Amino acid sequence: MELFFIFVAIVLTQNFVLHYFLGICPFLGVSDEMEAAFGMGIATTFVMTLTAIITWNINTFILEGFGVQFLEYVSFILVIASLVQLVEMFLKKYVPELYKTLGIYLPLITTNCAVMGLALFMVLRDYNFVQSAIFGFGAGVGFTLALIIMAGIRSELMEEAIPEPFRGTGITLLTAGLLALAFMGFSGLVPV
Amino acid sequence: MLKDFVKGIWRENPVFVQVLGMCPTLAVTTSLINGLSMGLATTFVLIASGLAISSLRKVIPDQVRIASFMIIIASFVTVVKLLFEAHIPTISTQLGPYLPLIVTNCIILGRQEAFASKEPVSRSLMDALGMGLGFAFALVVLGSVRELFYQGTIADVEILGSWYKSMIIMVQPAGAFISLSILVALFKKLSSRG
Repeated sequence: MELFFIFVAIVLTQNFVLHYFLGICPFLGVSDEMEAAFGMGIATTFVMTLTAIITWNINTFILEGFGVQFLEYVSFILVIASLVQLVEMFLKKYVPELYKTLGIYLPLITTNCAVMGLALFMVLRDYNFVQSAIFGFGAGVGFTLALIIMAGIRSELMEEAIPEPFRGTGITLLTAGLLALAFMGFSGLVPV
Repeated sequence: MLKDFVKGIWRENPVFVQVLGMCPTLAVTTSLINGLSMGLATTFVLIASGLAISSLRKVIPDQVRIASFMIIIASFVTVVKLLFEAHIPTISTQLGPYLPLIVTNCIILGRQEAFASKEPVSRSLMDALGMGLGFAFALVVLGSVRELFYQGTIADVEILGSWYKSMIIMVQPAGAFISLSILVALFKKLSSRG
């Protein structure tokens, strides 16, 4: 039950994008195509789940084991950067169509604060191995959800007459604000 | 040289114009003081890593440059985090995981890739200083606006008077998005006129 709550919390009530502001760059920059948003979400979910699993091990057995916690950030970022490289090579070889659409976004996952944030939150909350894996996967699912909703809304917005200064970033941020407001309706779903 | 400095503050402002580094911008600007400390911490990392990368630009092989940049940045962020923890622990707690998240702030990697890895040390220094202060400026503005409408104060000094009922939405995520949206639109309006 506790694992279920961790999952629901990170997908809905404490969504990484709309509650913790993590992964805002791809969220704002994502195109209005649903498919690209979905692909980006899947790639990020994959990287996030693996990051959770690997950084948990590194943190528990190496950093805490040898008492060198000050190396936390350096080692986490190395893990993330190598994982992204791995996913990139994998996609290039086995799913070239997806690679073509995602090509430019992939290296950006390295500087996606959601992935690094995930690792930091995990350590901060003292999750055990299973909790961490669920947390990582849930964070990815929540990110994908937010990305897809945003892509859908933006494709509708294309047709609208938006006041000049709000075009582009302005209206996207405003939409995100309203989405965050809507997601607040989920609070209470998970006992704190 | 002066141009490298000035462009970061207004014409190429990292937050209002380039829309980079959004996570810390939105997350920590619940008050002026938080925004300011985040802005200065980021400026320090920008300058330090800019100097390091600009001086090492001929030594770092092209293929592994991103990984090398990330390690250099992460080391300086560790320095900042430890300094904050030791000297201003209350702010360090308030910023929480967003302080170490400077590592993944796109402004920092972006400037290294676009500027410091190609230009001499002195120009990189000016560029980093301009970008950092431009970022801090944006955070201070957003922090002040949110704090003002949340509880009627700026930097804990009462501005609106005691009649003002606090507006909790301003310190919640929705308020952050909406106030930044309005500021970005305002900035666009102002700079298109001038």
